[in-house]
Amino acid sequence: MLEHVINGLVLGGTYALVAMGLTMQYGIARIMNLSFGDMIIAACFATHVLFTALGISPIAALLIIVPASYAINLGIYQVMMKPLVSRAADEGALEVDSILLTFGVLFVIQGILLIMFGGGYNSYSFLNTPVKMLGTVVAGNRLLALVLSLAIGAVLVFILYRTRWGMILRAVSLSPQSAPLFGIDTDRTARTAFAIGGAMAATGGVVVSMFQTFTATAGVVFTMKALIVVILGGKGSIPGAIAAGLLLGLVETFVAAYVDPGLTLAAVYSVFLLLLLVRPNGLFGKV
Amino acid sequence: MKNAFSCAASVARHFTTYAVTSLAIAASVTSVSAQDRDKISIGYAISKSGPNAGGADMTVTPNYELWIKEVNQAGGLKLPDGSRLPIEAIAYDDRSSAEEVVRAVERLATQDKVDFILPPWGTGFNLAVAPLMAKFGYPHLAGAAVTDKAPDFVKRWDTSFWFMGGSADYVSAFTKILVAERDAGRINNKIAMVSVADGFGIDLVKAARPSFKAAGFEIAYDKTFPPQTSDFATIVSEASNSQADTFVAFTYPPHTFALTKQSKIASFNPPVQYLGVGAGFPVYPGIAGSSVDGVMSLGGIDPNNELNTAYREKHTEIVGRAPDYWGSVLIYASLQMLGQAIERVGLDKAAVAKELSTGTFATVLGDETRLEDNQLRAINWVGQWQNGQFVAVSPAGGSGTAAVKLPKPDWE
Repeated sequence: MLEHVINGLVLGGTYALVAMGLTMQYGIARIMNLSFGDMIIAACFATHVLFTALGISPIAALLIIVPASYAINLGIYQVMMKPLVSRAADEGALEVDSILLTFGVLFVIQGILLIMFGGGYNSYSFLNTPVKMLGTVVAGNRLLALVLSLAIGAVLVFILYRTRWGMILRAVSLSPQSAPLFGIDTDRTARTAFAIGGAMAATGGVVVSMFQTFTATAGVVFTMKALIVVILGGKGSIPGAIAAGLLLGLVETFVAAYVDPGLTLAAVYSVFLLLLLVRPNGLFGKV
Repeated sequence: MKNAFSCAASVARHFTTYAVTSLAIAASVTSVSAQDRDKISIGYAISKSGPNAGGADMTVTPNYELWIKEVNQAGGLKLPDGSRLPIEAIAYDDRSSAEEVVRAVERLATQDKVDFILPPWGTGFNLAVAPLMAKFGYPHLAGAAVTDKAPDFVKRWDTSFWFMGGSADYVSAFTKILVAERDAGRINNKIAMVSVADGFGIDLVKAARPSFKAAGFEIAYDKTFPPQTSDFATIVSEASNSQADTFVAFTYPPHTFALTKQSKIASFNPPVQYLGVGAGFPVYPGIAGSSVDGVMSLGGIDPNNELNTAYREKHTEIVGRAPDYWGSVLIYASLQMLGQAIERVGLDKAAVAKELSTGTFATVLGDETRLEDNQLRAINWVGQWQNGQFVAVSPAGGSGTAAVKLPKPDWE
């Protein structure tokens, strides 16, 4: 029993980690980023190259890849998203436009990765060491994902709810039309939120690459999972993303252990449906 | 006198026949060689993107590229008159979609009008294009396709050829090893088995259940999981709780790698560990990050076979990485057979199909490779990592296989 709780939390940590970035981008910058998973995969490849070709440990790679991703996403927003934002009549229009645009970005990233690395499977071993936790042995790299997601989540929650800058972010998230009336530069705020989301996608990618086999075209799997977590948790909510991620991890693990591993996906989607019926705005979403 | 006359007439007649025949041959030869063509076009549709890209990129595409490059470096494919024509390759990405692969093959046949079509990757995709290949009369060298129904398919599409055997073949060879181990008292009667709920896993597990049961084994844990599964902590711990000495996983590479990593974490080390696709990849020990000696899977090579060693070296040199230890060599052999069939009978598709069906070929598999009922049967069914190499094994060894070494040593 305890074993399954721990395994579930560790699995859920990965889900939470990859979903937090998407919730930042969707909730605050209002960009529904369908290329999110491909940014994760790009970070996976970057880590793989740094580790296998240059011998840089994935932990150290975080220090290179995460700032780089922040800068790249800042650029993407500036060049591609900003025109959409400035011409969008309302939120709905921006959402549709951003879905179409990022759908294109998805194929651009995928195409570049395919040309550079081919379509083959990639995997390596790092920190695949047993760590004993409350009598259960878990993989060090998966535990790292859980710890990182909780730590990043805590930092973000602190920033969002305890700092002035966080208040600005929340203001833009809540009411992008009224925020400028208070002297808030919504464009800059959205750009920063989008870039932070991108940096978190990269963090997720670096950690995930340690234990998961990835291919150039596997990004959509991550986007799907992250999307479920974001909607389940309530869009734009960091605590929601963590809670929903951990919940999914627990559901999958318990179903695999007590019902059947074949039904894990069905269980995830059942929880998803059920929650949407009861709370259409997600666990932590505002009504 | 009369005799002499009829004799002379008969000689004359014979002579005429010879002359006509040789003229006809000469004419047909010129028609396929220098006259109106300067190349032989060979097309294929393969998964370069999408979920199948990983498998295709390991086993099939590199061998197509390697073979075409080698042939063209030698001046091209040899024709019956001794002339050579270079291959022009037309490749399409089927994006891992069954509709797309059918469309691409149809395009190759009707618009590009290629001389030969090489098959796509995967059992399902080969079945999807089989009717088309037969309809347009192309020999279908189904390489990366595992199916027990090959004998039926051969009847339905007599220009189809199957190079990778069927699930029952792989499973029964593995069962023989298990029976020998159990009879020697080295393993217990229980098997823990997991499989991915997708083509390969479903096929293999369907064959495995009756095979294990008929051999008197008890399948203590038998679960399937969806292909998206990435975490195997629970499955490994449940399999470990089942007290089985044999762990079998019919999985695709991402699962195989994840199961290996998780088994190491959980110190799950049953005496017999048999994993699915991916365990026979040359990158497998690197991914596991430790010795993988003792791990078993499908395929395997005979390290003493010089032809195979030479093939592996050439593949590594030209493609930049080593081929896998299962399907690659079979695919490459099928291409060599195609090349030799063309050399013997020319570019007529029906004649090439007939030659493939009845001829004997010198391939990387051996100097006398031939098909039985349009199927390649000289396949290594079970392999095991031994001293850093994935070798073909059998219970006692012999005829190109090594003796299986069990129990599997510790992961480290």
